[in-house]
Amino acid sequence: MYLTRHEERILKGEEGYARQKAMEILVALGEIYEADRLIPVSSAQIAGVSYTSLGDDGIEWLESLEGAHVTIPAVLNPAGMDLENWRRMGVDPEYARKQIRIIEAYKRLGVRPLCSCTPYLLGMVPMLGEHVAWSESSAVCYANSVLGARTNREGGPSALASAIIGKTPNYGYHLDENRKAGLIIEVEVELKTISDYSALGYWAGKLAESNVPYFKGLKGVDSVRLKALGAGLGAGGSVALYHVEGVTPEHKTALVERVERHQFGEVELGEVYTNYFKPIPDRVDLAAIGCPHASLDEVKEVAELVKGRRIKDDSRLWVFTSIAVKRMAERCGYLDIIRAAGGEVYADGCMALAPLKDMGIERVAVNSSKAAFYTRLLAKVDAYFGDLRQCIESVIGR
Amino acid sequence: MVSPEPISFFGQVDRSTGVICDEKHPLYGESVSGKVLILPRGKGSTVGSYVLYGLAKRGKAPSAIICLEAEPIIAVGAIIAGIPMVDKPESYVFKTGMFVKVYADRGVIEVPGL
Repeated sequence: MYLTRHEERILKGEEGYARQKAMEILVALGEIYEADRLIPVSSAQIAGVSYTSLGDDGIEWLESLEGAHVTIPAVLNPAGMDLENWRRMGVDPEYARKQIRIIEAYKRLGVRPLCSCTPYLLGMVPMLGEHVAWSESSAVCYANSVLGARTNREGGPSALASAIIGKTPNYGYHLDENRKAGLIIEVEVELKTISDYSALGYWAGKLAESNVPYFKGLKGVDSVRLKALGAGLGAGGSVALYHVEGVTPEHKTALVERVERHQFGEVELGEVYTNYFKPIPDRVDLAAIGCPHASLDEVKEVAELVKGRRIKDDSRLWVFTSIAVKRMAERCGYLDIIRAAGGEVYADGCMALAPLKDMGIERVAVNSSKAAFYTRLLAKVDAYFGDLRQCIESVIGR
Repeated sequence: MVSPEPISFFGQVDRSTGVICDEKHPLYGESVSGKVLILPRGKGSTVGSYVLYGLAKRGKAPSAIICLEAEPIIAVGAIIAGIPMVDKPESYVFKTGMFVKVYADRGVIEVPGL
């Protein structure tokens, strides 16, 4: 990989330990993936934030970078809790102390303490062809597919390295040739709810693995539905880019050669709910909405469904979102409606990363295939998948 | 120590001791500490990189790593932990218990007596 003289000097350690380590990471990745050079990126979204995933080892590594500073706008992945209202969530103070230590370490590096898998709802909106270094798989999918920006699926350390240096190795989804469709998915069933898009994403992700799917037959899509579709794709497989015929910005140049076709119909849709996941039972400990982090419209929908109703005393309704959307929901009055019903809107956090078991939560209803997959895997609780209405009904008292 | 299978440092290796703690892994119960670890490649979560860093902090990391296939989790972990690492060896002569010297700065592996 070609390095400029300045990049060489950073690599030799002439600009300090942290910048040297960051450059070593970028160079190692560049060599593994045979990049020709480093290219500038305009923003970073950094994974490795929740204490659940980072652990004490990760804290030590972050603190060892003391003195370095990011050179581009950089935000964080969700944390294990709401950074302000963790007590109300029921998070153990010791866990909270460690989580806050992580956020403080990032702040000292100049990273914005905004924890979300939806940076594009925080005003970080790269344009068509713009190169970025984002980590969280649904955010990566959204950037590449909906915005037409370009990012690989960065790991925590590599996104942080890019934030510090302001560059990334030029390989993978940064290159035109890797942005073409590898399979076609013909959608032959009407998708009614956002969770149906999430289900399609999961099914197609399993099929596509790390390939680029091209969807035909999707009608009435909007940004919220595409957010759900991308999250499913990133969880069912490791898809980083998809195209939707007539909708996404690069669909016209995506089909270059004959690729295999698959059909997604009524049967396939039903199977995602019943075979891949468990349907929502009558009672759960928690209904968790907001994977990926809820948009303002999604918070409003929850408010409308619970208005004038009451959540059972032994159940919880939590909506996860970014601090930006939470503040807007507060201004619009949605937060008050949800609270009056006994629910809560939490910023910064994520149902899959929260220490649910320690809070006595065993059964969780979600309207996202990604949340169903990771809540079981990471939070190690029983997860049930259905649409928003079913999630809410499972925690509402009769 | 030769691992016939890939290793996910997040989940398959005990963060405090360096012992392989996944019963399904062929090296279950063995420690990677202080050994030249030879493995096909890393796998799993990128958090695995931080586990290598933590093991090195506690003196429980492998003394060097040889990866048959280059892969970001182990490569990044080795960088942040300062563990010498080389990948894609030209020929495969390794057996558990063998003595090898790894010169990561030059990308050279020496097997004395070979």
